[in-house]
Amino acid sequence: MNIKKDTLALRASGLCASFDGIEVISDLTFDVREGELLAILGPSGCGKTTSLRLIAGFELATAGSLTIGGESVIESNNFRPPEKRGVGMVFQDYALFPHMTVLENIEYGLQGIEGQHQMTAQALAMTNLTNFGDRRVHELSGGEQQRVALARAIAPQPKLLLLDEPFSNLDPSLRSRVREELHDIVRQTGITTILVTHDQEEALSIADRVAFMTSGKIVQIGSPEEIYLQPASIDVAVFIGETNVLYGVVSNSSVDTPLGTFAASDNGSIAAVLVRPEHLVLSKIGIPATVTHREYYGHDQILRVQLDDTTLVRVRIDSRTHHLPGDRVMISLSEAPLVLAASG
Amino acid sequence: MIAAVRTFIMRSSKPGQPSIALILSALIVASLTIAPPAYLLFRIIDNSSAAADAIFAISTLELTLRTLAYTVTVTALATMIALPIAWLTERTDLPARRIIAILAVAPLAIPTYVGAMVMIAALGPGGMFSDLLEYDFPLPIYGFGGATVVLALFTYPYLLLTLRPAIGALDPRLEEASGSFGYGRWTTFRRIVLPQLRPALSSGGLIIALYTLADFGAPSLMRFDSFTRVIFVRYESTFDRTGAAALAFLLALIALSIVALEVWTRGRKRYDAIRIAGHPKAEQIRLGSWRWLAYTYIGTILALTLVLPVGVLSYWLIRGISAGEQISSVWQELNETLLVAGFAAIVTVIAAIPIAILTVRHSRFSLTRPIEVLSYSGYALPGLVVGLSLVFAGIHLRVLYQSYAMLIAAYVLLFLPLAIGAARVSLLQVRPSIEDAARGLGRSRWNVFRTVTAPVAYRGIITGGALVFLTTIKELPVTLLLAPIGFDSLAVRVWSASSEAFFARAALPALALLVLSSFPLLVLEQIGRRR
Repeated sequence: MNIKKDTLALRASGLCASFDGIEVISDLTFDVREGELLAILGPSGCGKTTSLRLIAGFELATAGSLTIGGESVIESNNFRPPEKRGVGMVFQDYALFPHMTVLENIEYGLQGIEGQHQMTAQALAMTNLTNFGDRRVHELSGGEQQRVALARAIAPQPKLLLLDEPFSNLDPSLRSRVREELHDIVRQTGITTILVTHDQEEALSIADRVAFMTSGKIVQIGSPEEIYLQPASIDVAVFIGETNVLYGVVSNSSVDTPLGTFAASDNGSIAAVLVRPEHLVLSKIGIPATVTHREYYGHDQILRVQLDDTTLVRVRIDSRTHHLPGDRVMISLSEAPLVLAASG
Repeated sequence: MIAAVRTFIMRSSKPGQPSIALILSALIVASLTIAPPAYLLFRIIDNSSAAADAIFAISTLELTLRTLAYTVTVTALATMIALPIAWLTERTDLPARRIIAILAVAPLAIPTYVGAMVMIAALGPGGMFSDLLEYDFPLPIYGFGGATVVLALFTYPYLLLTLRPAIGALDPRLEEASGSFGYGRWTTFRRIVLPQLRPALSSGGLIIALYTLADFGAPSLMRFDSFTRVIFVRYESTFDRTGAAALAFLLALIALSIVALEVWTRGRKRYDAIRIAGHPKAEQIRLGSWRWLAYTYIGTILALTLVLPVGVLSYWLIRGISAGEQISSVWQELNETLLVAGFAAIVTVIAAIPIAILTVRHSRFSLTRPIEVLSYSGYALPGLVVGLSLVFAGIHLRVLYQSYAMLIAAYVLLFLPLAIGAARVSLLQVRPSIEDAARGLGRSRWNVFRTVTAPVAYRGIITGGALVFLTTIKELPVTLLLAPIGFDSLAVRVWSASSEAFFARAALPALALLVLSSFPLLVLEQIGRRR
């Protein structure tokens, strides 16, 4: 990885945006280091695409400032238009120019630049499109269109690359391959990248850092491990992966749940105990439970079990163990759970 | 100073907001459209007592009722002609339905005054049939009935244009669902299909109703005293110009109320609320031997609207030549018509683009709605009204009176909605993301319009131009009122010859007009097919 820890490629501070008087982005503050791949993850309508459009210059910020590559592009009344920001963007619908060939699409951003033929050839080669130059856009498959969109965005060698849900229009069977290709290309160019997605697997698998966004705010920013293992809130935890959430009242600095008693702070408050299904195992001794449903996935399976006090939990086990609804099992924790204060 | 204005206009505006150049150009066009009715109003206020005399006369009430009855009958008759043809060509296995669909739109190339002239020249006293049969049979072709039939026969294609896509887009599953409840074909048609066709019926019907109200040539030739004929007669013969202005204003009000009525009855009902993407194409109904009835029906309509006009005009042309009548060349008129209509089409399209962009891309911007409403006023204003108000304005603007500039301006005002509508449709098909993408790749707004938006939307722009060209060559009242001295268009030639029943002399310019009008129709057909 060629992330330069000290150089900032982008700094957003206090960015706000609103549509028809309703604030859709509030106090957006984050840094992206040079060469880093940051994923903005969140449910649909959380403001992640608007954040990307603010950075690209397609929407107007109502407050805050933004610098890209050390140059200020949003600051009080100073607004730099999109064509002067040097930012490349891959749109969700790819936004290829339908009246141009692949080559013309890529050359569009290189007009008047010296060495444009070389840059075009390089972008085509990097995206494995060398033989596609004369093709019309509508003759291409979804995956090929996506590569053209990427080639067009990186050809002018932008300071920053923005990817708006780049895989959402692809067939699920294609997605992981295309994701791998895109990841390789981005790594090869070393270009600083911000990716927006609602797919947690996508964000966790290719990002250096993940920013979780909900209701127009960034809730947590951190490495994929931090986000998955130490989510800052129940929202983050539940969105990012399956979670059993058990509530209890804190007394004597601990909270009592059907899965055990765990240390907690704030006596008298309600705490949430978060247990990922893979942190529960079937064991010889443990908490007795009855299997109610079985969801078999191939690479593993989820058992839905009911504890004797009627609490339902999900347990992830390997794909060879065979259990049917009605079986009696014992479960226990393989890892200490996360205890959070249950807000509200 | 100029540099300062320039930087102000070209100043890069904030994202999501229209640029100042765009707002200014749209505002200029829109404010021009309000000039004619405003001028008419000033004129009336100036002579308010004379105007009141004209408006509150019993004869005016009769005129209004008569015109309304005429408009309603024409619209109903045109619907009865268009609906079966649209249904047969979209939903049945009628052989050669594609060609029939094209031919059935072709009467749009024939101006209604040519249609009226053809009826008179064929069936009237001394017409082709009495000529051939050597017997003068008195057919009651003049008056209300004749005018109604002519108008319906030559305007029904407007409904065909709105109905055919609507019928093609019907979701057959809705009809199947109705059938599954045990309802027969007729009940299903009445309760499920017809309500879904309502938007197409009412928008097509509105076009025909407004056309009928505004049409001047056909009722005049058919000697039916419609509003337009009465206004023109007052203006021409009695020099009661305030009376003409007052009646013109009343006519404009009636037209506007019809538009308002259509908007109001359309209401908030939705017909597309639960449309699911990619529904199956409706199964074609097998006509079997019913097809002969269908052919007879369509054949009759096409015989009346295409074969008869061309046949009658040719007959009179040949008869005129063989009788040694002086048939002067129409080369000069053809050239002038072409030049003026071409120029009008180009200017109208250029004027329409900023407004179309504003309505499609900046619909939330505060000035968009008023600009849009103003620019659509030409849609409701009859040509005679626009022409008259410009004639009155010409009294003060002598430089412009009877100039080509004023003539073209009148065409632009009248036909702007056609060009805006066509440009809108194709702009709506340009995804905003490709414009954003182009901006992000380093291009300015103007550059993006030139290299991306316009090339992608060119079909709509050409469609608008072709529509304006077509309507301009057919246009009569504005051309009559505002023609510069020495300007002789094909329409004026046809009119002056046929209003005095010189059929042989009218035949050649009328035929030339039909040939000229068929070119834009061919362009429209080609563009429509490539979609």
